[in-house]
Amino acid sequence: MKEKEVIQGFSNNLNARNRKGVIWHIIFQASTLVGIVALIALMLNIVNSAFGYVAYEARVDPDTFTVDGVPLEEQNKEQLLTLLQSELSRGAYNKLNNEEPFEERSRENVFQLIVERIIRPKVVAVWDLWPSLTQVDEIRATVAQDFPTAELDFVSWLTYDFVTRPQTSEALTAGVRTAILGSLWTIFFTILLAFPVGVGAAIYLEEYASDNWFNRIIQTNINNLAGVPSIVYGILGLAIFVRTLEPLTSGEIFGLVDPTTANGRTVLSAGLTLGLLVLPIIIINAQEAIRAVPRSLRNASFGVGATKWQTVWSHVLPNAMPGILTGTILAVSRAIGETAPLVVVGASTAISFDPESPFSKFTTLPIQIYQWTARPQAEFQSLAAASILVLLVLLLSLNASAVLLRNRFSRRF
Amino acid sequence: MAELTDKKTSTISLRRKPRWGESIIQGLLFLSGFLSIFITIGIVYELGKEALLFFQMPEVDLLSTITSTEWKPHVNKFGIWPLLTSTLLTSTIAMSIAIPLGMSVAIYLSEYASPKVRNTLKPVLEVLAGIPTIVYGYFALTFMTPLLRQIFGNDTVQIYNTASAGLVMGILILPLITSMTEDSLSAVPRSLREAAYGMGATKLEVAVQIVVPAALSGIAAAIIVGISRAIGETMIVAVAAGAGPNFTLNPFIGAETITGHIVRISGGDLSYDSIDYNSIFALGLFLFLVTLTLNIISQAIVRRFREVYE
Repeated sequence: MKEKEVIQGFSNNLNARNRKGVIWHIIFQASTLVGIVALIALMLNIVNSAFGYVAYEARVDPDTFTVDGVPLEEQNKEQLLTLLQSELSRGAYNKLNNEEPFEERSRENVFQLIVERIIRPKVVAVWDLWPSLTQVDEIRATVAQDFPTAELDFVSWLTYDFVTRPQTSEALTAGVRTAILGSLWTIFFTILLAFPVGVGAAIYLEEYASDNWFNRIIQTNINNLAGVPSIVYGILGLAIFVRTLEPLTSGEIFGLVDPTTANGRTVLSAGLTLGLLVLPIIIINAQEAIRAVPRSLRNASFGVGATKWQTVWSHVLPNAMPGILTGTILAVSRAIGETAPLVVVGASTAISFDPESPFSKFTTLPIQIYQWTARPQAEFQSLAAASILVLLVLLLSLNASAVLLRNRFSRRF
Repeated sequence: MAELTDKKTSTISLRRKPRWGESIIQGLLFLSGFLSIFITIGIVYELGKEALLFFQMPEVDLLSTITSTEWKPHVNKFGIWPLLTSTLLTSTIAMSIAIPLGMSVAIYLSEYASPKVRNTLKPVLEVLAGIPTIVYGYFALTFMTPLLRQIFGNDTVQIYNTASAGLVMGILILPLITSMTEDSLSAVPRSLREAAYGMGATKLEVAVQIVVPAALSGIAAAIIVGISRAIGETMIVAVAAGAGPNFTLNPFIGAETITGHIVRISGGDLSYDSIDYNSIFALGLFLFLVTLTLNIISQAIVRRFREVYE
C-alpha cells in the first residue's frame, strides 16, 4: 500500500518534471531563435536602406542648356564639351583633362560630368526598399505634390560606380574608392608589423621558452593584451606613433614633407596601431597551430642532426603554416573592421584624394561608414548601408578563404 | 704533429659548437615575444604620464573628479560620474540581454541540439561575432531606436538613447558568451551525464543541475569577459547613445559613455597638451585598469575553480 503511494507520488511528480523540461526546452530553443532573428534583422535593415526610390531636383535646370531646340540629353559630344568648357572654370576644366584627356572620354562620360558638375542634382527625399516595393503609388503622389520639379528614380546605392568613385560631399556622386584604398594601405602595414613579430613570438614561446617566471609573465601578458579595449590601443597609437614618432610616421626624416606641416596622422601610424592591436590575437592563434605539430616530427628532425632552428624552419613552420595563416586572416578581418582606434589616431574627416604613400592622410571603410551614419540626412544613411555591404562582402570573402585554407591544408596527425 | 692532434680532437670533441646564426635567431624571436611586454609598459607609461599631467593641471583636482556629477570640459568641470553611470547603464542593459540569452543558447547547443543543428548554428554565431561593431552601431541607430520609439512613444524615447545602444551591445556580446559557455559545457565529461540519467533525472535536470554547476568556473569567466567587453565597447555607443555627458539613470535619454566621450573628443584635430588631450589619457587609463582587472579575475576563476576531469 505504502509502496504504491510512493510510486504514485513519483509518477505524479514525473509529469510535472517532464512538463518543466519541455517548457525549458522551448525557452532554450526560442533564445537561439532570437539570436538568428537578430542577425536576419541586421542584414535586412542594411539591405532595406541600400536600395530604394530617390527624388532629386536639379540645382540648375537642364532646359537652360537647350541649343537650337536640341535638349541636353540629345546633344553630341562636341556640344557637350563646349558647354562644359563654358560653365566650368578653366582650372577645373584642365584638371579634368589631365585626369583623362577629353578626346579619349566617351560621350556618356562627358554627359555624366555635366550632370555631376553643372546640373548637380540634389536629393530631396529618400525611401527604403520596403516602401519602394509596396507603396509605389503613394511615393509618386507625394513627390508630385511636394516636389513638382523633382525626378523620381529607383536607385541602388551600391553600384560599381559607388565602389570606384572617390568620396564627395554630394550623396548621389559619392563613392568609397578613397576609403577602400585607405583600408588596404592600412592593413598592409598592419600585416607587415604583426605577422612576422606575432609568428616570431609564438615560435619563441612554444619552441624556445623554458618554463620560468619570466616566460610565464610574457604568456599571461599576451592573454591580457587580447582583452584590452581597442580604443586604448588607439590612445597608445596617438601617443607613440602620431606624437612621439611624428618625424618618422609623417615622413619628415625622409625629407618627403615640410617639417612645419608634418603631421603624424598618417596611413603608417594607423597601420602600426592596428598592428599592435591584432598582435596578441596572431600570437595566440599561431601558438595553437604550432602546438598542434606533433613532438615526433621534431624528434625525427633532431635525430638526423638538425639544429633547433633548422627543425623549426623546415618542419614545424611548414606544418603549422595553414593554421597560422587562418589565424592571421581572422585577425586581419578584425583589423579591417576596427573603427574606434582609428578615430582616435586621427582619421581624416573628408578627403577625396587617394592615399599614395605611407605618409598620406587616410580614411578607411569603417570610418567612412561612421561618418555617414552620424549624419542626419536619410541619403547618407543609405550611403552608409551601401558601404556596410561593401565591408561585409570584403570580410566574408576573407573569412571564407580562411575556412577554405583550413579545410584544404589542415593535416591531422 | 700539431695539425694531427688538432684534427683528432676536432673529430672527437663533444663540446657544443657555438652557432652564431642560431643565437641571433633565438635573440630575434625573444625580442618578438618581449615586444608584447613592451606594449603593456607602453600603455601604462604613456597613459599614466599624460593622466598625471591631467591631474596636475590647475583646473583639475582628483577629489572633485571622483565626487562631482558634472563633466563639462569647457567650464573646467571634470566629474567622472556622468560618464561612469552611462557606461554602467549600457553595460547593465547589454549584460541583462546577453547573459540569459547566451547561456540558454549555449545550453541548447551543447545539451539539446543534434550535431547537424549544432554544425549549422555555430557558424551563424561566428558570423555574428565577426561583424564589425560599427555595423552594430548603424543597426542600433536605424533599427533599434525607431523600434523603441514606436513601442514607448517618441516623447519618452529620444533619438539618441542608452537603451538602444545597450540592447544592441547585448546582441554583440551574445556570441562571445555563448561560445565560451558552450566550450566549458562541452568539456564536462559524458560519464557525469550518464550517471545522472541513471538516477532517473530528466534532460533539463541533467543540464541545469549537473552540467551547468560542473562548468560554473568557465561560465563565470565568460560573463566577466563579457562585462569587460561591454565596458570597452565603443562604436555602438558613439553612434547611438548620444553626444554629451548626462548624469542620469533613464535609459531612454541620451548620455555619453567613457568610450563615446573619447571618440567624440578625439574626432577633431585634437591639439597636443590641451586639457581635452590629457583627459582622454586619464579616461583611457581608467578603462585599461578596469578591463585588465576584470580579465585577471576571470583567468583566476578559471585557474582556481576549474573542475579537472580525466
